Amino acid sequence: MNRDSNIYTILYASIMVVLVAVVLAFTSQSLRSYQQENEENDKRQQILRSINVQVPANEAKAKYNELIKDAFIVNEQGERIEGDAFAADAAKAFEQHAYPVFIAQADGQTKYIMTLSGSGLWGPLWGYISVNDDRNTIYGADFSHSGETPGLGAEIVLPSFSGQFAGKHLFVNGEFKSVEIVKPGKSVAGQDYVDGISGGTITSQGVNRMIFDSLSGYVHFLTSQNQ
Amino acid sequence: MGLSTKNKEILLGPLSKNNPVIIQMLGICSALAVTSKLEPSIVMAVSVTAVVAFANVIISLLRNTIPARIRIIVQLVVVAALVTIVSEVLKAFAFDVNKQLSVFVGLIITNCILMGRLEAFALGNGPWESFLDGLGNGLGYGIILVIIGFFRELLGSGTLLGFQVIPDVFYQWGYVNNGLMILPPMALIVVAVIIWVHRSRNKDLQEN
Repeated sequence: MNRDSNIYTILYASIMVVLVAVVLAFTSQSLRSYQQENEENDKRQQILRSINVQVPANEAKAKYNELIKDAFIVNEQGERIEGDAFAADAAKAFEQHAYPVFIAQADGQTKYIMTLSGSGLWGPLWGYISVNDDRNTIYGADFSHSGETPGLGAEIVLPSFSGQFAGKHLFVNGEFKSVEIVKPGKSVAGQDYVDGISGGTITSQGVNRMIFDSLSGYVHFLTSQNQ
Repeated sequence: MGLSTKNKEILLGPLSKNNPVIIQMLGICSALAVTSKLEPSIVMAVSVTAVVAFANVIISLLRNTIPARIRIIVQLVVVAALVTIVSEVLKAFAFDVNKQLSVFVGLIITNCILMGRLEAFALGNGPWESFLDGLGNGLGYGIILVIIGFFRELLGSGTLLGFQVIPDVFYQWGYVNNGLMILPPMALIVVAVIIWVHRSRNKDLQEN
């Protein structure tokens, strides 16, 4: 057959595209269950890191089931609503004014874990932040990103950054202030602050906005004492 | 090894005298993006080597059937399919590595070395030679990436593969990590230094 004819070219392209599509669909389908499990364990690891518990991926499920006592979704008024907190995608849930909460038992005390979702320089950021049972003092935090610059913005995942949040207060005199992320060496009056990442300014600002915006939805939950 | 002289040249040439990065100036963009730390540099080197070797074999096997007018499209589809498969497999079995590489896996598709080798070599040579050529070029690219990643992480963060190698004492004496090394332009300067060293050792490569 003439390799330069139009018919050959069109046939070749069509068959190739169909074949490649089949191969890719097959790969995706056959690996789906492994990927889902990895993603879920990764999420469990992140939640556990926010209460300062580090476990390898294969132990995440057991540890999660042991430490996390309850998981539910609240609305902006802090009332429980229907839904699966673990399966919820934070960005989508926030749009519908649904806020996932996880209740953990650590150091013999109850910790409240809240979900964060925002955007950095190149893509989405997300994370988890836990508070003590006074619902004000931060117990731990963990941040993740999908594509921040390695060596710069990507450093937000390191404990050297997230560890700074422990002991900071979200409320000052009963008013929600969040925790400000500042240039290393700077300070802010009237609220707690931590150092940002040098050279990762946009990502640091993204984390700053993410904490403020996400936790704003939790204010009623955190301030209502009747839960 | 049972390689003929010609095949040895195909495999080892790209490591030095015919290096894709420092001689042909291909793949510079990714050398700049992923090398601020050593670990992503190594994973990127391995991924590119795997993709270019297998893409070369596939294109070489198909070379007598590919219509000349759409050969670039065919090459792109093969490369894109391979990269997607690599990415899916990483997600299933090496989730941490996949998280490390994040966007860079997708960027393998745009690496000029791939298209360059497919177009220049695989379309005109048999599968075995093409495989060696892909392997050689991937490794040639990888060596440069690892060298750049080594210096950028060492000088920029004081660590290697995430472990601190510069002792705390140095910092107490006033040593400061060079933050400039982490920024992309320094990758170009490191590449330039490598080229300088390489050419002064291989006089025959110098242009007048």
